[in-house]
Amino acid sequence: MQHGKYRFIVGFLAVPLGLYALFVIWPFIQSIYYSFTDWTGLSPEYKMVGFDNYSRMLDDDIFWKSLQHSVMFALLVPLVTLSLALFFAFMINVGGRRRRGGPAITGVRGSGFYKIVYFFPQVLSIAIVALLFQFAYNPDSGAINSLLRGIGLDSLQPLWLGDPNIALWCVMAVLVWSTVGFFVVLFSAGMASIPAELYEAALLDGADRATTFFKVTLPLLWDTVQSGWVYMGILALGAESFAVVQIMTTGPGGPDYSTTVMVLYVYQKAFRDGQAAYATTIGVALLLVTLAFAAVVMRLGRRERLEY
Amino acid sequence: MGSTSAENNGTGVGRRDLIKRSAALGLVSVPAMGFLSACASGGGDDQKKAEAGEKSAKNPLAVNESAKMEFVLFDGGFGKEYAEDAVKLYEKAFPKAEVKFSATQKIQSTLQPRFNGGNPPDLVDNSGAEQMDMGVLVGKKQLADLTPLLDAPSYDDPNKKVRDTLRPGIVEMGQFDGDPVWILYYAYTVYGNWYSQKALDSLDAEYPKTWDEMLAVCAKAKKKGMAGWTYAGKYPYYIPFSMSPMIAKVGGVEVLNAIDNLEPNAWKHPAVKTVFEAWYELFKKGYVLKGTPGLDHIQSQTAWAKGDALFIPNGSWVENESAKVIPADFDLAVSAPPGIDDSDKMPFGTMWASGGEPFIVPAKAANGSGGMEQLRIMLSEASSKNFTSKVKSLSAYNGGTDGIELTPGLKSGVAALELAGDNVVNPRMQDWYVQLQKEKIGVGCLGEMMAGRMTPAETIKKIQGYADEAAKDSSIKHYKHQ
Repeated sequence: MQHGKYRFIVGFLAVPLGLYALFVIWPFIQSIYYSFTDWTGLSPEYKMVGFDNYSRMLDDDIFWKSLQHSVMFALLVPLVTLSLALFFAFMINVGGRRRRGGPAITGVRGSGFYKIVYFFPQVLSIAIVALLFQFAYNPDSGAINSLLRGIGLDSLQPLWLGDPNIALWCVMAVLVWSTVGFFVVLFSAGMASIPAELYEAALLDGADRATTFFKVTLPLLWDTVQSGWVYMGILALGAESFAVVQIMTTGPGGPDYSTTVMVLYVYQKAFRDGQAAYATTIGVALLLVTLAFAAVVMRLGRRERLEY
Repeated sequence: MGSTSAENNGTGVGRRDLIKRSAALGLVSVPAMGFLSACASGGGDDQKKAEAGEKSAKNPLAVNESAKMEFVLFDGGFGKEYAEDAVKLYEKAFPKAEVKFSATQKIQSTLQPRFNGGNPPDLVDNSGAEQMDMGVLVGKKQLADLTPLLDAPSYDDPNKKVRDTLRPGIVEMGQFDGDPVWILYYAYTVYGNWYSQKALDSLDAEYPKTWDEMLAVCAKAKKKGMAGWTYAGKYPYYIPFSMSPMIAKVGGVEVLNAIDNLEPNAWKHPAVKTVFEAWYELFKKGYVLKGTPGLDHIQSQTAWAKGDALFIPNGSWVENESAKVIPADFDLAVSAPPGIDDSDKMPFGTMWASGGEPFIVPAKAANGSGGMEQLRIMLSEASSKNFTSKVKSLSAYNGGTDGIELTPGLKSGVAALELAGDNVVNPRMQDWYVQLQKEKIGVGCLGEMMAGRMTPAETIKKIQGYADEAAKDSSIKHYKHQ
């Protein structure tokens, strides 16, 4: 049997690895290669320019702004989303008071309903969500300002996306709103697999809700939280942040570059300005940021795995 | 833990070995893939050109009668019907030719790969949000010179060249440096201050010709609970539609040309400062509709059509774009921007009008002369009339408005053009330096000033900085007024 084993394994691995190399690794290598050229993206001709694009990038104020915003997206959006999701999931599954005749460990009243409601935004595509919020943020007739007027706050009529000081927060809020439901469901599933005896034991020892959460739930859920963190960070660095910024913001990317992110800048350079080579250079920077983010999260999050 | 790693006794393949070996396999297969997959930049063989047909009075461009012709249209505010009608005329003239017509909003995503691959279509309306950068296309020699088309006899009159049937400025706009004409702008857009004549009448006011009159009209409107102005706050590069011709009116057209040429200190001209301060006053006196900086073009046009604001800087497409929200008795009108006072360099009426909907024939098109012939058909009087009556816009064809009923906005636009006479200005920033004009000057500076977050002096300083940066930037191509 031994002589056929390698052939057997190679036979299984060759196709997926080949596909992976063709559609993932090869484009990466191409991008890195193009970042050393002056390719416009509109013509097949180009020549090598060495590190010109990189030195240009380091002098580019807009690049630094977009980097700063992307890093904020990668740090804050996962933090807020996952914290909210953990809180909601805990309340839905564990946080309820004991009711007569019910199980010892249960969620708050109406938790089944909440679970479905939280998941609603996940059903909508991010483009639709961005459009909906664009209407809501309309300072003239949007839902938020109309509501503020309705409760007598006529003097408080922010410009929302039109104000460089709050535009980025408005965009982040939309991302949190649209993704938190997914993690509520993910964490609920994780919590369901934590044995009830552990909670009962904690209850018998007189633990309150906060203690139960930090000493029982969170440690046992750590693996799920960690992969959720990486996943969410990559979403916030990549496609999702592009969609909301591109669809919702002034310009897009404004006002005055207050919401521009790296993916948007890559897109604008490649497809608006006809500077595909420079766009791939920014893409390489984005790749480094993403890798660094994943490495940091994995390292900080390393804990001994608990078996139960 | 699992049990697979426990059996690594030297004869089997352990998990760790397996991972190592598959990683090695991956590394080996990467270079091999290079032979299998082409680069993103293509570099394949260019498509074969169609042979020339027989030149005749009816076929002055010598189109091959049986060659396939492909036409890609931007499916935007003007729709696609006008082009479909023109395609039918082409098919009638060349019954043996197969015509492939398509309309899309995604010009760049559908066509960029084809330009890269050397097999672009024969005629493209390179317009809309996904417009491919014209400067790059010209610089990389991707476009065909349209001079043969311009020198061909016109469709209606064989004794008149096509170039002599076009509106002023159309041919110049298609040039970038030197004589070749790379782009033919098919629509003709009138920019200015758009308003409801009915609303103005109800205020018992005349359209203002000086800035003091403008402020007086705004004050009257404010008393009636109407803002004087609104604009596309999220896309503040609509503001120059009214501001740029005003700068020309106050300081002469040389100021605009210096700005377009990215000359040092072009923005520091006193006329620019005067005009910026005049506009800033609109904000300071509360004559700009509240919330405007957060509105996009559609939202601002809707607020304006509802009567929340009197004036909006815009182009003649607004009549079609906002047709659904403009009330029937709105009496849409456009006028040239007011000046400051009698000391202005140019007379009242000085306005911005220029070509829109840029049509190009790719250099590597298989049937480029077919594409040009299609354009020649579109530039006939009948096709132009069809365009004007269907989409409520003027075309590049000079004339073509007799005998058809014009909508109020269009009629007002024609009258404004007549009043302007030779004083039509054509600032080029928005087609020469897209990022500078829209993102840096528009969103980054004008929008900030009109939202009250920057003073005119700060704005001018910042814009001059951006303009100097662009003048020095070797990655963008620079142009000069001829």
